[in-house]
Amino acid sequence: MAKLRDFRIALLFILPALIGLVVFSLVPTIRGIYLSFTEYSILGEPTWIGLDNYTAVFKDDLFWNAMAVTLQYVAINIVFQTVIALGLALLMHRVAKSTFIRGALLLPFLVANVIVALLWFWMLDYQIGIVNEFISWLGLPRVAFFGSEQWAIPTIAFVNVWRHMGYTALLIFAGLQAIPRHVYEVASLDGASPTRTFWSITMPLLRPVLVLVLVVTVIGSFQVFDTVAVTTQGGPVNATRVIQMYIYQKAFGESDFGYASALSVILFVILALVAFVQMKFLKGNESDLD
Amino acid sequence: MTTQTLPTRKALDWHRIGAWAVIAVALAVTIFPFLWMLRTALSSNHSLASNSANLLPADFSWGAFKRVFGMQTTEEAIAEGGSGAAIDFWLYLRNSILFSTVTTAGQVLFSAMAAYAFARLRWPGRDAVFSVFLATMMIPGIFTALPNFLMVKNLGLLNTFAGLTLPYLFMSAFAIFFLRQFLLSMSREVEEAAMLDGAKHGRIFFQIVLPNAAAPVATLALLTFIGQWNEYFWPLLVGNDESIRVLTVGLSVFKSQSPQGAPDWSGLMAATIVAAVPILILFLAFGKKVVNSIGFSGIK
Repeated sequence: MAKLRDFRIALLFILPALIGLVVFSLVPTIRGIYLSFTEYSILGEPTWIGLDNYTAVFKDDLFWNAMAVTLQYVAINIVFQTVIALGLALLMHRVAKSTFIRGALLLPFLVANVIVALLWFWMLDYQIGIVNEFISWLGLPRVAFFGSEQWAIPTIAFVNVWRHMGYTALLIFAGLQAIPRHVYEVASLDGASPTRTFWSITMPLLRPVLVLVLVVTVIGSFQVFDTVAVTTQGGPVNATRVIQMYIYQKAFGESDFGYASALSVILFVILALVAFVQMKFLKGNESDLD
Repeated sequence: MTTQTLPTRKALDWHRIGAWAVIAVALAVTIFPFLWMLRTALSSNHSLASNSANLLPADFSWGAFKRVFGMQTTEEAIAEGGSGAAIDFWLYLRNSILFSTVTTAGQVLFSAMAAYAFARLRWPGRDAVFSVFLATMMIPGIFTALPNFLMVKNLGLLNTFAGLTLPYLFMSAFAIFFLRQFLLSMSREVEEAAMLDGAKHGRIFFQIVLPNAAAPVATLALLTFIGQWNEYFWPLLVGNDESIRVLTVGLSVFKSQSPQGAPDWSGLMAATIVAAVPILILFLAFGKKVVNSIGFSGIK
């Protein structure tokens, strides 16, 4: 009897969250998978077409272009962001633990993507942006950061490195704080050089945190949209049509919800694989501290 | 408080100086764009072009802010390089405040209730249900956004406040996880004593658990609020109508209304300041809490 009562109380406590889970996560997930096997233009009813969307995706040059562009973005974004953040975290850990400095480095992360994108869109303007003014003051040719096919993706990647580096540094910093001090003391007594200490102690002990940070940032990076949407909108030509932009345009530009759903199923599968591979091969859930 | 973590050589420590120099550069790179934002917003568009490298406002003017709040006539706005289209950031500001406050309040309260059920009550299937919640953290936003958009559209809720807020209102898996972890680490003694005195779960939750968990709940609420304030994709899909537009969507519309030729940069930067300032104020007031809460559990 008491158990049944407990169950009823638990149900009461969990009911709102459960409604949210079922209505806005589980049902849409199933519906999204279903729609990916249909042709659906919002008007009328979805028509079942089996695997047609998927076979079309694999023959779609724009899809492969979107994947290539997205991968290029992820690679530039993640490599620079992680290396810079790791460097900053080590420096903060070593010399500057003040909350003020950490707070200041966090500022860009607190501001919306849209704001950060517009700000840099202005600062990187070809004609009168301050960055190009500086470049031409140095005597170098101006760069069409958002306007050239070659520069657009690196530019967008760097804008987001700027937004995320402080936040990522704080995550890594928290991981560094958790490494027990006595490990360093032993290393120093043994006469290990700072380089040796870094590679043999800091990195292995930091690895679980780094893997977690990588999984989270890579998954976020694959879903880049806001920055592209307010700056290049996919252009010039197809240079910045990242996968989420392509899905958005298919669904809301061309009203092709079936195809857009198939694309998002593929994105979902890719993200799950990426997370799995990272956890598996970088052994993110094991610590070396035993 | 020890001053050094690593044993370092004394005397003139070039490593240390180098480290500080790098930190100073990182700070400068972080802060400068914000100053540039302010400088641009306080200049007029005409002088921006002629004094593009001037570090101070080219010619001090509040025109851009007036334009953003719809306090200029169309002629004035066009004369100063604006598009002349009606723009009212007061309305967007109000919508953003309403949207972020309501979704944060609902999400944090309902997630805390769920966390209580997961951490304190025993019921069949508890752990299985919890792992389903956790699993939803893996689903990319766009994947559920399409079907959710269709549902909201079919219910006739496009461009309504309900359509905008409902998907966020009931829970976030991260919030449940975050609060459950905290509750598991919190002592139950007071709760058990209250239980022996015959207190009901509802009372225990609202009068003991919530007050005791005030610090993590506040941190979570702050992080959630900032996230909601910055949300763009969903509001773009369902809330593009003027009356329901939030700041992020308003900003992108403002940008796309740029007149032929040069965009209204000072207006645009004034608008981004309007959108960023509330968050910066919150951060100045409670920043320490946020900064120190970022770590393992703060991964989001």
